[in-house]
Amino acid sequence: MTVVLVMLGAAVGAPLRYLTDRFVQLRHDSVFPWGTHAVNATACLLLGFTVPLALPEWAAALLGTGLLGSLSTYSTFGYETFRLAETRWRFLAFANAAASVGASLGALVLGAALARALAG
Amino acid sequence: MVGPTASALRADGNRGACRQRSLQCLRVAVREASVRNRRNPYPVDPDLDAHVPRQRRELSGAPWAVLGVVAAGGALGALARYGAGLAVPRVAGGEVQATLAVNVSGCLLIGALMVVVTEARAGGRLLRPFLGTGVAGGYTTFSAHVGQFRELLQSGAAAPALAYLAGTLFLALAAVWLGVAVTRRVLRVRIAGEREVRQ
Repeated sequence: MTVVLVMLGAAVGAPLRYLTDRFVQLRHDSVFPWGTHAVNATACLLLGFTVPLALPEWAAALLGTGLLGSLSTYSTFGYETFRLAETRWRFLAFANAAASVGASLGALVLGAALARALAG
Repeated sequence: MVGPTASALRADGNRGACRQRSLQCLRVAVREASVRNRRNPYPVDPDLDAHVPRQRRELSGAPWAVLGVVAAGGALGALARYGAGLAVPRVAGGEVQATLAVNVSGCLLIGALMVVVTEARAGGRLLRPFLGTGVAGGYTTFSAHVGQFRELLQSGAAAPALAYLAGTLFLALAAVWLGVAVTRRVLRVRIAGEREVRQ
């Protein structure tokens, strides 16, 4: 049962990542992977929001492991960082790694704080 | 001998000065890389890179086929990630090990796949959306990684937390490099072999 929920969440999360990435990229011309930053930070914000809510196990599988796990991606981030470094833009590769970790961690903390504030 | 061009010198000058004024420099570096990339596009984003005309158009051709294979691949990738979580021993740090293994092996996959797709130009139109965006993207996760890092920090284990963060980054980049290098080598050997047969 849990397996089905994880897969169901991921079947929504992965296309959502594709569409968000496309939406961000079509709105400006930049080699810096803003689209991936957007999905990873959003996924971390929402994950942070769900943590203080203490979701039941089925909801954590559907939303946390499935949807948000697949909305965010490490392979895309890793390949982009490698590609920037490989094509002479070492500074951008370094900035990408630092900004991804920083923004995602910040989003996670912010999400958790928001959930706690709303819960009272 | 032709020396470096004026624009290349200017670019290098900008990048040198950039190390001092990093925010402004980031903007300059992004703009320069973007202009270069417009002239000679190569995909940076393996999910979808709008600089590559074929990828920019792929959703308008057959949107449901592309979104369908991304969803199916994502579900399969997440299934594998969930399976990896069940496979590790139920001890403290087990989840962290599973996520580390998942993220590193997913990076190996994306490195190999992108050489096949962008350099060998092999596979059909749906191979990258299915295996790259779907399977590798759904398999690996940034949210669980950052979530576990924060949990480790909050439990007071600052050194293991930082080691997890830096270790994942190092191993993941090494895995992308390995996937790219091995696949390039294998494909080049194969292409060279075909040429020999033809001669």
